[in-house]
Amino acid sequence: MERLTNRAKAVERKPMTFLESLYLWNIAKGMGITLKHFFKKKATISYPEQKREFSPVFRGLHVLNRDEEGRENCTACGLCAVACPAEAITMEAAERLPGEENLYREEKYAAKYEINMLRCIFCGLCEEACPKDAIYLSETFAPANYQRQTFIYGKPDLLIPHPKEEPELYAKAAGGRVVVKTGN
Amino acid sequence: MAEEKKLFKVTIDNITIDVEPGTSILNAARTIGGDVTPPAMCYYSKLQGSGGKCRTCLVEVAAGSTADPRPMPKLVASCRTNVMDGMVVKNITSEKVIDARNGVVEFLLINHPLDCPICDQAGECHLQDLSYEHGKEGTRYEFKRRSFDKVDLGDKIQLHMTRCILCYRCVFTADQLTAKREHGILDRGDHAQIATMIQKNLQNDFIGNVIDVCPVGALTDKTFRFKNRVWFTKPVDAHRNCNKCCGEVQLWMRGEEVFRVTARKDEWGEIKDSTQGKPGWICNDCRFDKKETSDWVIEGPTKIDRHSVISQGHYVGVTKPTETFNAVHNGRSPKLLMDIHDVSEVNKQHIELSALNRPAHSTDFDKK
Repeated sequence: MERLTNRAKAVERKPMTFLESLYLWNIAKGMGITLKHFFKKKATISYPEQKREFSPVFRGLHVLNRDEEGRENCTACGLCAVACPAEAITMEAAERLPGEENLYREEKYAAKYEINMLRCIFCGLCEEACPKDAIYLSETFAPANYQRQTFIYGKPDLLIPHPKEEPELYAKAAGGRVVVKTGN
Repeated sequence: MAEEKKLFKVTIDNITIDVEPGTSILNAARTIGGDVTPPAMCYYSKLQGSGGKCRTCLVEVAAGSTADPRPMPKLVASCRTNVMDGMVVKNITSEKVIDARNGVVEFLLINHPLDCPICDQAGECHLQDLSYEHGKEGTRYEFKRRSFDKVDLGDKIQLHMTRCILCYRCVFTADQLTAKREHGILDRGDHAQIATMIQKNLQNDFIGNVIDVCPVGALTDKTFRFKNRVWFTKPVDAHRNCNKCCGEVQLWMRGEEVFRVTARKDEWGEIKDSTQGKPGWICNDCRFDKKETSDWVIEGPTKIDRHSVISQGHYVGVTKPTETFNAVHNGRSPKLLMDIHDVSEVNKQHIELSALNRPAHSTDFDKK
């Protein structure tokens, strides 16, 4: 049979000599490699105390954004749900009543908004589809849990903290992602 | 009448057809169909006297007729210009037409708000389609946009005058379909608005049809307002015995709930002829009050253009595979780790939004 390459090596089946069967040299060689790694930079970090920086394109858990006055941006236009390839997003819209102007930015809002995190593939298409800057993928992991029920995220889980009432929590949740508009 | 009618030969975008004398260029192009047809925002074949207002259907006439083959000096509105024998029309093959149409769309969008995320017409809006095709990304307009407060026309129709493009279709509908017209256009120029004098109610049996003829979201169904997006509802053809109208409608359903009832539309977005051969206008009873599946005889899903957003997520022609679990496990059904309906707060069974004849409010939902 014609060989495809000439890189093949025939296996040597010679019996080991007495010196070789003591493995002394081989053990020393292995120990040398191990020792070398003591002086190298560590590849791991101790996770909960230390955290790695996220890539600027990291796509984590969703947040529903508010504007600078703390009103919800989402108008339940349904574009995120249409864009979602996993069909994870569902919502129900409602009309803003007089007196609710401080809660919702526009006359229509999402009364119910749900993301099924079991279905979500964190592709970020919802963020791209949103015309109102209302949904963002943050720099947080989706937490693990033993219960499937806890992965149906409703509005209370997704909404970003109020920027005026809880400015620190808001800034933390917003991270470097959310464009915080000033004025206008 | 023994004499045979002479047909006019007309060439539109290098396609030659024979049409009856007296046909408009737009209707001649519609017999060809496809991309050759100029878009129309104000012309409505079922309404007499409509057309000539929006200028989106402008075409270039390269040769007037065989008798006088000079081109027409300016672009003409194809809905108001009749064909002549030997006429040569250029629509999409003419750069002048495309350029003019882009300009017209820019004009239409000067005062039109970009509130498509809120507007109930989004997804079936003709202006949305038109601006998607011809519009520019930004606006060059620097001044304040025309704005009006929203008005209730009766208790079932919402008028957003800000969105109106003054096509006059609804005025013609009210004039020609109902016995007494109660709304029209007030004021002139920039101030022109569709209005009922002193918010007078529109109480005609057929007034709901103004919602269907409106090419934008200026007139919308209040019973459907904000309930759902059109592309999440499933259109089905249905009919019922109605003593006022033909009773042939399109239901917009989600599951077993009827969210909206509209007349059936043809490929031009106009109301289809009913089986009796007359335009299929529907009455207010059918449109606003019959929101139960039991009111209707459902004929089957409506054919939706593949390119329409409404067809998204509608898996037609799919056969569900048979469940084999029970058979191989001696009739035991699978143990569900989670039933989504127990957990989900959306689409709760006891909150029937389709049963409300007004938009849903925060008071209609369970507090959580």
